[in-house]
Order: sequence, then structure tokens, then C-alpha cells
Amino acid sequence: MAAINITNVSKIYAGGVEAVKSVSIDIADGEFIVLVGPSGCGKSTLLRMVAGLEAISKGTVEIGDRVINDVEPAERDIAMVFQNYALYPHMTVYNNLAYGLKNRGTPKAEIDARVAEAARMLEIEQYLTRKPRALSGGQRQRVAMGRAIVRKPAAFLFDEPLSNLDAKLRVTMRGEIKQLQKRLGTTSLYVTHDQLEAMTLADRLVVLNGGQIEQIGRPLDVYHKPASTFVASFIGSPAMNLLRATRDGTRLHFGSQVLETGRLTALPTELTVGFRAEDLRVARTSEQSLAMKVDYVEELGAQRLVHGSVDGKTLTAALSPEIELADTIALTIAPLRLHFFDTTTGKRLTQALDGLGGRREVASALETAVG
Amino acid sequence: MHRTRLFDHVILLFGVFIMVGPLLVALMTSSHEAADIHRNGLSLLPGGHFVDTYETVLTKEGGFTGRITGLRMMMNSLILGIGFAAGKIILSMLAAYALVYFRFRFATITFWMIFTTLLLPLEVRILPSYEVMNTLNLTNTYTGLIVPLLASATGTFYFRQFFKSIPDELLEAARIDGAGPFRFFIDVIVPLSKTMMAAIFIIMFVYGWNQYLWPTLMTTDESFFTLVRGIKQILLVWVGSNIPDYNQAFALAILAMLPPVMIVMIFQRWFIKGLTESDK
Repeated sequence: MAAINITNVSKIYAGGVEAVKSVSIDIADGEFIVLVGPSGCGKSTLLRMVAGLEAISKGTVEIGDRVINDVEPAERDIAMVFQNYALYPHMTVYNNLAYGLKNRGTPKAEIDARVAEAARMLEIEQYLTRKPRALSGGQRQRVAMGRAIVRKPAAFLFDEPLSNLDAKLRVTMRGEIKQLQKRLGTTSLYVTHDQLEAMTLADRLVVLNGGQIEQIGRPLDVYHKPASTFVASFIGSPAMNLLRATRDGTRLHFGSQVLETGRLTALPTELTVGFRAEDLRVARTSEQSLAMKVDYVEELGAQRLVHGSVDGKTLTAALSPEIELADTIALTIAPLRLHFFDTTTGKRLTQALDGLGGRREVASALETAVG
Repeated sequence: MHRTRLFDHVILLFGVFIMVGPLLVALMTSSHEAADIHRNGLSLLPGGHFVDTYETVLTKEGGFTGRITGLRMMMNSLILGIGFAAGKIILSMLAAYALVYFRFRFATITFWMIFTTLLLPLEVRILPSYEVMNTLNLTNTYTGLIVPLLASATGTFYFRQFFKSIPDELLEAARIDGAGPFRFFIDVIVPLSKTMMAAIFIIMFVYGWNQYLWPTLMTTDESFFTLVRGIKQILLVWVGSNIPDYNQAFALAILAMLPPVMIVMIFQRWFIKGLTESDK
């Protein structure tokens, strides 16, 4: 068990393509960090640099107090779980688990004990004599995790370990990984492109885009205070609605439609406004509202996703299934639920009324000003 | 499901006839006396000299020096065939391992250079090879017979393609598990390549077993003669009133066919089993 410090790490491939651009993450001992982002955002590359499977072009990675830039993967005291499991097909489950320990010259009795313990934990005891091909996808994934556990490493690295499983199994395994990590207390770095997986697993999540960190934070902080339009549209399902608007005093103009907020100060006149689908509600007749033309409806059972457009721009609203739908519905939103972003940079714009997050942003702004 | 009909059987039987017919003629003719064959030609019926012909062929000391038996020739052929197959597998596996798993400059160029030599038959380089072996005083040795032919573009090519199909994650998992290049080769690559090795073994064994020109060139000492050369030797005695021992030639031919057939039969089950188990 150890902390991991990633400091200004870059990956530059031959040919000059920069896959990871000066990324810094400090991971506390026992923390579960999820790297999330669309494909090609550099999340796997970053993980593989920590694992030692890719060379680090710039910056340093420390595990514990040791800089491990030039240390062999086997000496880094990490264990990795791969997307396609990467089990040795010709070895029994027992040998798959024991292989790493054997190579380290661990005494036979201890190997037996550790494999038995891991097998008990993952409930794969009855498969120890089988070959991987005789196992189902979920069982193979458990074996792959067992191979990581028996090593008792300082850190677990997961590279999209659930992507090859079917949806139902994925949910089960997600829960198990979370519980197992809590029980073992091993520092974990987990890569996924699935924002739901990221939200449910992470102590803190790191949203990556184009090789750069967009935001680091606890899942709910990221959800409620996305740092940019990218994070806003990536985290949360359905994606946050983002509309261009012009401000006129405390009123927002979405094309021909107007929303009175009563709280807008110190914001530019051109801005991007974001709001979650579930924060929209049907307006009472007395309220001012946005008129949404309904295009189609997705029934989720507990909720109903209504897709439509406001002044030609697409919008999604999550409404209760009891609400009657017409061709056009009047929607409104609590001003506190609005997010504001700079139209050109996509960065979140601070609002005095933002509450805790706002205060923190002010504090950090002060810090930079003083520093 | 297609139901077998009479016509299907006819096609198969025709194939069997084409394949087995000549073998049967050789087998039957070998059980006649040489003079009989000379007078009556080939025969489809057994002739009654089966046991003694084969005994003569296997144990009679013949050749110019009168010291070489069929058994000895068979031994030589086996040594050549197995030495060939095993040597080629080891060498081409190591070469392919280096080409696929080690990043060194000119790897692709090296591979394509090896690959181009696939197109060149042995005969192209047979004289230079002979000259080298002669200078090294390796003529009339098993080393001289086997070593110059070991470098195999075919084998390297097959193993390279096979190694490329092994997922990279396996190598990465092994690296994290603390397996160095040698360990990874022995513990993972070799067990996974078993079926491929069986396939290459069949091909290379038969290739080595059937070698004619190279052994002819390399060996003058009759104790190194192979079966294939022995057959030729029998038919060379056509001098004066001598009738060549046709029966013995046929018997040798039959014997020369047995080991390759056995090798194929032994390895085939493994081979097919390997082909149907798809995951690596």
C-alpha cells in the first residue's frame, strides 16, 4: 500500500504526437481513482506509463516514496487487470494465480496459502484446476483479479476490466470490485470510458480530454460543478443540455425565448448555459417558461426522457411518466440549477451564488492572486 | 445436413483407388522374385517371397563396400528427418521470437530478407554450401548433413505469424508477473506453440526424409546413406547380365514410406485438436 504521485507526466510518441500532456495527479494511500474520458483521451496510456508498459517521456511517477520511471514493471509493486483478462491459456487457474509468485521465488507453502485466500475471497475455489477456456467471462475476470490480489501489491491498475462483460454482469462485478478494494484498502487506478462506472466506483475521478485533465474531483462534485462544457456533457446520463444564450440584465435569451433568473451578475453577455435533464420541470401556467417542441420520447420506466428542441436547439428533459405530453411543453428550471460556461473556452464561469463551490473557486482565485 | 449418396462414395472410392493403387502394386510386386518381375512385369497378386525380401532388404549388407544394411539406411534417414525437423523448429522459433518481441533496428528488413529466401530452392546455394562444409571437414558427418539446411524461412515465417496472433496483453501480464524474455519464451510461448510445432514438425520431417540431392553430395561414405539413396543404389547395378533387384527396390520404397506416414498419423490428432481450440 502506498500513495502514487504523478507529476507533470507527458507521453510523446515517435513522430511528435503528444498523447498525454503534462498530467499531475496525487493519489492518496488506499484511494480509488478512476480515469475517465472518451477513446483516445490518453487515459490508457497514462495507466500503462504507471504500470511500466510504456516509457514516460517527461515528468515523474512515484509509488510510495520511490520514483519508478526506470523501474521494470515487475519491480514496481503493482498488479494490473486487463480488459481481455490476459490469462495464460495453457495454465490452470491455480498456476495463473501462482505464476507471478513463483517468478519471485515465493516459498511453495506461502503460494498455496495466498492462492487459497484469493480464491476464497473471489469464490473461484472450485475452478482452481480448470483452464481459463473452461470458464465464463465473469469467472475469467475474477481469476484476473485474483492474479492481482495474490501479489499483495502497493497498487491495483485496472484497464477497462469490465468492458468485455454483458451489462448485467458488469453491474455485479462493479459492486464486487468496489467492495474488494474497500476491504483490501489497496490504492487503485482504474481506467474506463463508461461515465456510470466512473461515478459509482471512484473516490475521486479524473476526467481526461485530449491528453489533458479537464477536472479532478469527487463524483458528485464533478457532477454538480462540472469545470467545463466537456465535463458537463461527458459526466451524467443523459448528457447535460448546453445552450448558447445572451444575457440581458438578469434575463437569458435563448434565441426568441427568454428565461428570467433574477440572479445574474458579473457574467458576460454571450455565454453557454447548461442544465441537467432532471432539473427541468413542467412550468405552471403562471410561470415564465421555455417552450419545447417534442421530437421523441424514451421510456425508462421510472422516468421518461423527452427529446425535443427549443428554438431549433436540441434539448433533453427527464420527466415523470405521469405527466401528460403534448406536442409542445412548457418547461422551467430553478435558477440555482443553471450552470454557466464561457462560450469560447468552455470553462465554467463563477457565480457569486454558486454556494460552496463558488466560495472555493473564489478562494483559489485569491490564492493565485496572492501567490 | 447433406445426406451421403452413392455418388459421393464413388468419388471417394475413385480417390482411394488413385492414391492406394500404386502403393498396392509396389507392395505386391515386392513379394515376387527379381527374375519374375523382369519377365512378367508388375503384379497385383502376392508372390510368396514377402518375408525373405524384406529380411534381405533390412539386414543384408550391400553396397560397394558391403557394409550397409537397410536398417542402417533407415536409421540415417530417421536421424536426418528428426534432426532436420527439431533443428528447424528450434532455430525458426528463436528467430521469430526475436523478430516479433524484440524491438531492434532493421527487424522488418531482416524479416523480409529471410522471407525472400523462401523463393530460392536449395539447389541455388547447394555448391557454396558444399564448399563451406568441405572446408570445415564436415562432409560424411551428420552435422554436415543437417546443419547447413537448418535455417528455415518457411518455419520462421509461420512462427512469426503465429506469435503475432498472440495478444500483447499476455506479454504485458507476464512482464508484470516478473517473467523475463527467457522465462516468457519457455513458460508461455513454447506451450502455446505446441500445435504449430506439430504442424511444422510434420512438414519438415517429411522434407528432411525425402532429401536426395544434398545427402548425395555430402556423403561418400556408405554408412551415411539414406533410404532414398539406397533405392537408387539398387537400380544402379544394371551391368552385364545382372538383373536389378526390383523386388528389393520396391520393398525399400515401401519401407521409406512408413515413417512419414506414421509421423503424420501420430501428430495429426494433436494437430487437429490444436486447430479446433481457438483461444490463445
